[in-house]
Amino acid sequence: MTDVKTVFGSLRNYQKGGVEVIDDDPRNYVFSNVFEVAEKSQPYERVAVGKNFDYVIEALRAEGTSPWYACAHDEFALVMDGRVEVRLMKPETPLVPSDKSGALRLTAAPSGRKMGRVVAGRGHMTLLPKGSAYQFHADQPSVVTIQTIQGDVTVERWADICQTK
Amino acid sequence: MSTAFAVQASEPDNYYGYRRFKKGAFEFHRDEYFVHIRWPKGTHTMAADIFLRALQRDIAWNFFYGTVNFDGVFGTLNHYGTVDMFAGRFNDAYRKAGRDYNETYKSEDLMATFKAILEDWTNRGYDPFAAPEETKQPYGRKDGDNKRAIERQRVTAKRMVGLPGDTPQRSDAGGYPVNRHFADVPQDQPEVYPEPGFEGEVSAFNLFAYLSRSDVTWNPSVCSVVKDSLYCPTSEEFILPVEHGNDRVEWFMQLSDEIIWEIKRKETGAPRARVVCRAGDICAMPADIRHQGFSPKRSMLLVWENNSNAIPALIESGKAPVVPVVF
Ligand SMILES: [Fe+2]
Repeated sequence: MTDVKTVFGSLRNYQKGGVEVIDDDPRNYVFSNVFEVAEKSQPYERVAVGKNFDYVIEALRAEGTSPWYACAHDEFALVMDGRVEVRLMKPETPLVPSDKSGALRLTAAPSGRKMGRVVAGRGHMTLLPKGSAYQFHADQPSVVTIQTIQGDVTVERWADICQTK
Repeated sequence: MSTAFAVQASEPDNYYGYRRFKKGAFEFHRDEYFVHIRWPKGTHTMAADIFLRALQRDIAWNFFYGTVNFDGVFGTLNHYGTVDMFAGRFNDAYRKAGRDYNETYKSEDLMATFKAILEDWTNRGYDPFAAPEETKQPYGRKDGDNKRAIERQRVTAKRMVGLPGDTPQRSDAGGYPVNRHFADVPQDQPEVYPEPGFEGEVSAFNLFAYLSRSDVTWNPSVCSVVKDSLYCPTSEEFILPVEHGNDRVEWFMQLSDEIIWEIKRKETGAPRARVVCRAGDICAMPADIRHQGFSPKRSMLLVWENNSNAIPALIESGKAPVVPVVF
């Protein structure tokens, strides 16, 4: 046995750090915490917590069943807390133009073939393959971050989520 | 195998056993504790372990993005094909006094010399990638070598770790036991249920377990790729061996435990801020700073890079801001 303690965060228990300014503006660091953002978001709001030109990292609270999404490029979902099922479909015809960036929210379940599903726990990363449609489901409030490109579903509210002083 | 680039090395020193090296007008030699660097306008001394840990990262990262400061004086600046080796270039006092010095080489040319120095100056049992508590001391006279440790390849997944034909997951059998500081990290795997025909696309893996089995520190490795968006998670312990002055914005998402970052101005080295990151914290490193991290316990850090080669020129010309978001 070992007495080592690795500290992960969760919706219920996270301890945020922060920017200690010497000669600077804390806004330069765009500092937030994914658990805090998820705590204060509606289920499945895809809030940008990182942005580098077109690319974003979105944080979302997974709770209940999400809308269906489709995307023309790969995305990756990393579960930070809880347990999330990812359901994957291959649409009959492409739902997103190939040059369109970011995920699109679909109004209904797509028709097509079932690709399969993944049940992911904390620390598990799931491929959301390009050209597929996907839906999340979580029985208990969970937290997911998504590596993707900024798109129609991406919500930006930096001044609300980031350290400003 | 022969290298296309000549390495200027002396015979081993009669007493210390280490070779001296020359590259352009730079000269390098080491003794039991220190590395000494000489260039036309000055000299510099660094502890051997600090120099070797930095040199190891600079080699593994192929000079990385932007500036790799071994300390406040010596380092390299990557131009992606060519590379500068400098002394005092990013140090306010050296610059103002005109004491800074810079030479530019083809990247493979300087790399050949750097690899020769690392190989000769790394003794048996010393692993520059390891945390200090995990490895022997690097001091003393020349005593064998550790080629196996210093020739590790940096992991770069093409799409995602664990996909067919891509970088494999880590396991005991593959020679990657769980690190002592991550002994409590769950090793469970996601449940993956592909329908027939979709086995290669319905895929997931335990990233935290993967990182718990990393045998190196401060060595970002690509694990998932969305075009130029690279997730480069890494396990960290003790001190980032370099002060990294990126030529673009990079992001940190702290996945476990805590890292304290010291932030200084990229050009001058003047302190700007300290940033404390705990699990779930995410923050940007602006393009006009240098950063060095301190990890009290081995921790998991997601380094997020934008690999687009258009960015350094956009930032240098002022067409793109040095921060990722203005709000
Ligand atoms: Fe960095």
